[in-house]
Amino acid sequence: MALAAKGVLPLLLLAGLLALFVRVDPTDVFRAAFPPIEELTFERIAFPQPGLIRVHMVNGGPEPVTVAQVMVDDAYWEHTVVPDREVGRLEDIVLEIPYPWVDGDPLIVTIVSSTGVTFTQEVAVATQSPQINRSYVVTFALLGLYVGVIPVFLGLLWLPFLAGVSQRWIDFFLSFTVGLLLFLGVDALEGAFELTGQVASAFQGVGLIVLGVVGTPLVIHAVGRVARGDSAITPLGMSMLIAIGIGLHNLGEGLAIGSSYAVGEVALGTSLVFGFLLHNTTEGLGIVAPLARSRPSYVKLVALGLIAGVPTIFGTWIGGFSYSPTASVLFLAIGAGAIVQVISVLGRSMGSRGREGFKDPLNAAGVVVGLIVMYTTGLFVAA
Amino acid sequence: MGDKQDEKPGQAHAGISRRDLLRSGVAGAVGLAAGAGALAGSRLGNDAPTLSGAGSAHDPGLAGAKGDVDPEGFDATAFLKNFDYGSVSTLPSGQIQREYEITAVDREIEVAPGVYFAAWTYNGTVPGPTIRCTEGDRLKVNFTNAGSHPHTIHFHGIHAAEMDGVFEIVEPGQSFVYEFDAAPMGFHLYHCHAIPLKRHVHKGLYGAFIIDPREGRPEANEMLMLMNGFDTNFDGDNEVYAVNTVAFHYQKHPIEIEQGELVRVYLGNMTEFDVLNSFHLHGNFFRLYRTGTDLERYEFTDTVMLCQGERAVLEFTYDYPGKYMFHAHQSEFAELGWSGIFDVKPPTLV
Repeated sequence: MALAAKGVLPLLLLAGLLALFVRVDPTDVFRAAFPPIEELTFERIAFPQPGLIRVHMVNGGPEPVTVAQVMVDDAYWEHTVVPDREVGRLEDIVLEIPYPWVDGDPLIVTIVSSTGVTFTQEVAVATQSPQINRSYVVTFALLGLYVGVIPVFLGLLWLPFLAGVSQRWIDFFLSFTVGLLLFLGVDALEGAFELTGQVASAFQGVGLIVLGVVGTPLVIHAVGRVARGDSAITPLGMSMLIAIGIGLHNLGEGLAIGSSYAVGEVALGTSLVFGFLLHNTTEGLGIVAPLARSRPSYVKLVALGLIAGVPTIFGTWIGGFSYSPTASVLFLAIGAGAIVQVISVLGRSMGSRGREGFKDPLNAAGVVVGLIVMYTTGLFVAA
Repeated sequence: MGDKQDEKPGQAHAGISRRDLLRSGVAGAVGLAAGAGALAGSRLGNDAPTLSGAGSAHDPGLAGAKGDVDPEGFDATAFLKNFDYGSVSTLPSGQIQREYEITAVDREIEVAPGVYFAAWTYNGTVPGPTIRCTEGDRLKVNFTNAGSHPHTIHFHGIHAAEMDGVFEIVEPGQSFVYEFDAAPMGFHLYHCHAIPLKRHVHKGLYGAFIIDPREGRPEANEMLMLMNGFDTNFDGDNEVYAVNTVAFHYQKHPIEIEQGELVRVYLGNMTEFDVLNSFHLHGNFFRLYRTGTDLERYEFTDTVMLCQGERAVLEFTYDYPGKYMFHAHQSEFAELGWSGIFDVKPPTLV
């Protein structure tokens, strides 16, 4: 038997067994007398215009669910369902409810299934949802520019300073970068785990996190390895890695800001922008730390800044216009995974060529200072 | 429905959170409400197939469920005037005897369009048959329990202790005969008294029991309205309210009455979980005879509240034609199904 056939044989047997299952359906034996547990998950509740609520839902449960009635604030209400009231497993539906919602008030939407099971979602503040038009696209872009792009570029301006200090202090700032990235990584991970409660169970929120956190660093590593062959990573390559990691993280950050803005929960005061400026400027420092002994061209520096900062703008667009908890969990996990990769590469490089890495007290202090700086500047973001 | 917001499947809280800034405001449902109108827009426009009956246009000024309940299952309009006088015979003593057959059966009923409730019923409907007799009649109720749980029938009224349907539990497959004289005259109720009582009542084992006075009441257009509710998700709170079970039925199918005619409503409350239920009549006032036990004294009002098990006889006449709402004056109950309409027609010329 050929090797390929040996590999395929178990799959063929599995396919045969599945076919037999479908024909004979022995699961009847397992089927209980009680009704199946129904599950419909709210993906998004939007207020596209006065007098209209649009609800996006997905069936993440084991059995089809039939939408029978809709309540808004404990009142049965007229509505339409697209494409069908009977929602199969993993299918999604859009409900339109002509309800005169009150701007700024909280609101509760309840779906009643044919078996009388209810699915309830509270909206903290009903407010006009952003439409994809020039005005909102520009607003979200500016938002991303202020909290993502500008701070990163400000941070890049530390390069001349870094060029003047000794290797020992450069290692300190690299350690500082590690501390900063650790903070961001844990933050992204926490955000992802918090969101898993909103993800339909069939989409396995925690599974997405594992995929993102473990898969992303391996992919980045593999791609980098293929691109540069066996040669050691250059300082610019290292900076690029950090910029990609921070960029992916900023995408998640933009998502959070955009979606919060869309539901009217972010008061965009000057203190908020101030906080993000302080907080994210340190990200720029992290990017240029490996370049202290290089002479990168301005073009390359600008490219690094754009890679790290611009994803914030894409994040605000995605979060503001089409929020999905499932996609957000994945984005946040990819961001965290990218940071894992950056930290591992930085850590290894600092331990190379006779350097002591984090065993050096100054470097260890750098990590702690990085954490403290992120924490402290984070206080200002608590607008 | 009430204040409870228990965790249920599909009920998601919390939200995407990036640092304390976002976390602070986010507790409820951040993120859910993001826009995306335009993204979804292209898919909308044609409605899904409606439920049984019409998913007709929404009447301005009326909340309501979508679609209509299948009348093959339970016709609430016919039920209004379905009085069961039993099979009548005369005893050697000259006393009138009325014999009734009541069977407890488990049955799935449609309580709002497309919403099905696994009920326990007397004779397959909720409420059960409206038992009607005259004061002093001999009543013989042959009860069979064809359900899956022990049940009884507890009649309100004056009778011997062993006919009270509390201690004489009737197991599934067994029978019991309730025999007593109808007293006092008025409007009463009957219901299962097996424990847990709350469960047996809210599952649907109750009905109306009318004892007419010997001299009768004035000729009128009579109807029965039993206020009830259904906890479809078993969270101890009603999702559906109605008179005679079907949410919004008399709003979608207004009750036709004639201008100037006397209307008599036998109004009872068997709503579980809520302390009170109420009835409010639009464009009119009614004479309220509490428990219907006195033909003389009445109260003149347009709103009455009744606790569970309480009931009253209402009499009124409309002076003007047109459509008039009647509903619970708890707005919440009204919008969860307990709303109806009287369609007052000008008198037909003979």
